[in-house]
Amino acid sequence: MTRDRSEMSEDDDDQQSQSQSPPLDLRSAAIAEPCSSSSSSFSVVDSTPNKSRNCISSGTLTSQPFPDHVLENVLENVLQFLDSRCDRNAASLVCKSWWRVEASTRSEVFIGNCYALSPSRLTQRFKRVSSLVLKGKPRFADFNLMPPDWGANFAPWVSTMAKAYPWLEKVDLKRMFVTDDDLALLAESFPGFKELILVCCEGFGTSGIAIVANKCRKLKVLDLIESEVTDDEVDWISCFPEDVTCLESLAFDCVEAPINFKALEGLVARSPCLKKLRLNRFVSLVELHRLLLGAPQLTSLGTGSFSHDEEPQSEQEPDYAAAFRACKSVVCLSGFRELMPEYLPAIYPVCANLTSLNFSYANISPDMFKPIIHNCHKLQVFWALDSICDEGLQAVAETCKELRELRIFPFDPREDSEGPVSEVGLQAISEGCRKLESILYFCQRMTNAAVIAMSENCPELTVFRLCIMGRHRPDHVTGKPMDEGFGAIVKNCKKLTRLAVSGLLTDQAFRYMGEYGKLVRTLSVAFAGDSDMALRHVLEGCPRLQKLEIRDSPFGDAALRSGMHRYYNMRFVWMSACSLTRGCCKDIARAMPNLVVEVIGSDDDDDNRDYVETLYMYRSLDGPRKDAPKFVAIL
Amino acid sequence: MIGSVELNLRETELCLGLPGGDTVAPVTGNKRGFSETVDLKLNLNNEPENKEGSTTLDSKEKSSCSKDPAKPPAKAQVVGWPPVRSYRKNVMVSCQKASSGPEAAAFVKVSMDGAPYLRKVDLRMYKSYDELSTALSNMFSSFTMGKYGGEEGMIDFMNERKLMDLVNSWDYVPSYEDKDGDWMLVGDVPWPMFVDTCKRLRLMKGSDAIGLAPRAMEKCKSRA
Repeated sequence: MTRDRSEMSEDDDDQQSQSQSPPLDLRSAAIAEPCSSSSSSFSVVDSTPNKSRNCISSGTLTSQPFPDHVLENVLENVLQFLDSRCDRNAASLVCKSWWRVEASTRSEVFIGNCYALSPSRLTQRFKRVSSLVLKGKPRFADFNLMPPDWGANFAPWVSTMAKAYPWLEKVDLKRMFVTDDDLALLAESFPGFKELILVCCEGFGTSGIAIVANKCRKLKVLDLIESEVTDDEVDWISCFPEDVTCLESLAFDCVEAPINFKALEGLVARSPCLKKLRLNRFVSLVELHRLLLGAPQLTSLGTGSFSHDEEPQSEQEPDYAAAFRACKSVVCLSGFRELMPEYLPAIYPVCANLTSLNFSYANISPDMFKPIIHNCHKLQVFWALDSICDEGLQAVAETCKELRELRIFPFDPREDSEGPVSEVGLQAISEGCRKLESILYFCQRMTNAAVIAMSENCPELTVFRLCIMGRHRPDHVTGKPMDEGFGAIVKNCKKLTRLAVSGLLTDQAFRYMGEYGKLVRTLSVAFAGDSDMALRHVLEGCPRLQKLEIRDSPFGDAALRSGMHRYYNMRFVWMSACSLTRGCCKDIARAMPNLVVEVIGSDDDDDNRDYVETLYMYRSLDGPRKDAPKFVAIL
Repeated sequence: MIGSVELNLRETELCLGLPGGDTVAPVTGNKRGFSETVDLKLNLNNEPENKEGSTTLDSKEKSSCSKDPAKPPAKAQVVGWPPVRSYRKNVMVSCQKASSGPEAAAFVKVSMDGAPYLRKVDLRMYKSYDELSTALSNMFSSFTMGKYGGEEGMIDFMNERKLMDLVNSWDYVPSYEDKDGDWMLVGDVPWPMFVDTCKRLRLMKGSDAIGLAPRAMEKCKSRA
């Protein structure tokens, strides 16, 4: 079953490799590290430290026989079938010969933290890269917890790759700072460039996009997802070449700038391979109608504003439903940015085919919603606002038996807002959608009972993110902390890899997490716990923990120190507004030379010397970065 | 963006009563009880005893919450919480087609003299000085140092003699830095104007506030 996740990736973090190891084997031949079985620095498969697998020590090199070229050729032909980076990382550790061959055959590289290594290290090791996935800022930067201009610049990467990989075809960036110049360099340096995906990026504008559209003649995918794109008042749609294009996917719903509709219509008309089209809110319903008539082959559609500015035409309005009826292949629907609810029934004809539906920008009431969802029997991915209420969630539970992923966002994202969804909705979903794998749920009221019910009813859960918006809110029926609910999740959901907790939580909740969260890779904590013991439980347990992000919790130096045995095996640790001192962070930095320890202050640094506002630390092969702004102190 | 609220310059005149405009007559030279003008009381001594004995800010809020199940106090809107991306928040604002149009958050730092660290608040999360007051007092309640009862938290800074008496007082006076870089007393201007001009908040110790009043008066007069 292939689900269209790429469409709606908001926080999706390498979902494919959930039980897998940290991505890039950061070791290069130059590093001959003593590799104990318990803490294998940077080594890859941390599941079963294979004691018989030796590290590449200098001893092995000198005693190795003369390399067998035939064997290497065979190996090359075999290894190129390996796609999964986990498998490749494992293969590269077998011996030096395998390492070499793997490096020469790896074409897709994933780098989870752009500061874990330098661009030149990448190009030195891997010679034939055609696809790069690169992630920059830590996720909490999305919530204004870090001043802008922190870093994660794409520039050094694109300039290094321009020389090393002229055959580069695909670049997929998340939370990176990308400038128009970077895009221009990209467009000029890679003649065969095919796919550009920018998720949660910023720093560029429509002029940069125009250059890519114009120069990348083989472009198949141009996906701008939840990125900040400045309006340079450039008609970038018109910059696509005039002949038939290779476009398969064009997503620009985050571009806050009007577009030339006529040019777009022409572009769609000369893009016979176009399957995915996500329009921004400057495309009206009438224009959408025209596009649909011209592109019935679409499989994924972002509907733009789904409204119109002028009063409805006095003559007959276009038959929107007919246009949707003609789109027999549409399985993924999103948009509805300025929804006029009276037009929503136009989508009825496609509902029965939908596997993915994103209503999360539309304020839809339960009454509007229920008739729609009752047709969506095949739905697997559903995003919506809490305006659909518990009632709407009950309707989802009744109909969407194939549901795999649910995200409910708050219409009013403030702590004190009215909460239209509660434990009632969660309970209903758990009973109706037994195949649920991933949930993100914002609410104001929750009970342990409902969370426990979900843990028992939905054994396939791999992602459980519950955000009770009022801080420290207990179970609103019993008044007790939410410990037992989250405890049940880690105990019963044996496949759980990602967990975000909220509400009133004591150290007990963390004891559960540490003990039962065997596969948890990503943990997000906010306003929780009573003492250092909570964090210690997690750091001394959770064997697969890779990404730890904590804010506003009473964890101090002792807790931080208790994790020193494992920080090299993690991608990063973020702790903000906790009780850490600079002294402790310095100690850790000194004790762990391959760990970059960043202390991020607010805009002016003088105010609080010893108190650490934000700690962001991550392993790195190439030492501290040189581009840190002044509010970042690298210890 | 002030939005649909008319900028009534008359409101910036020095007068008795709340900035909302239900005052009687413009005044010069009359005493203005600060607590009347702006209800920005920092009820630092009003926090119920914390049974756990923990001194963290969060647990104080916890205890005050559980004591009042009917209506939890308005919490300070904390930066980045709930964790909804600003991208999404901005889209929600624009798709609501609010009359005032999309508004960027107005984050300002809040410092309190003597507190070990600063906080940040988004002024657009509040609709009035009252709400801000409650939020700030919750935020800083763990730094209870006041010798005075909560009711008299605010000093009457127009009365210089009383000011001198309070030189060593622990009471806090909210002041803010405006766009021009001047430090002003909170409460003089209508709330929307305050949100637009306030760059930074500082809860000063009473003794430090003495010098502030005359400048504040001058500034207000120049605006009228």
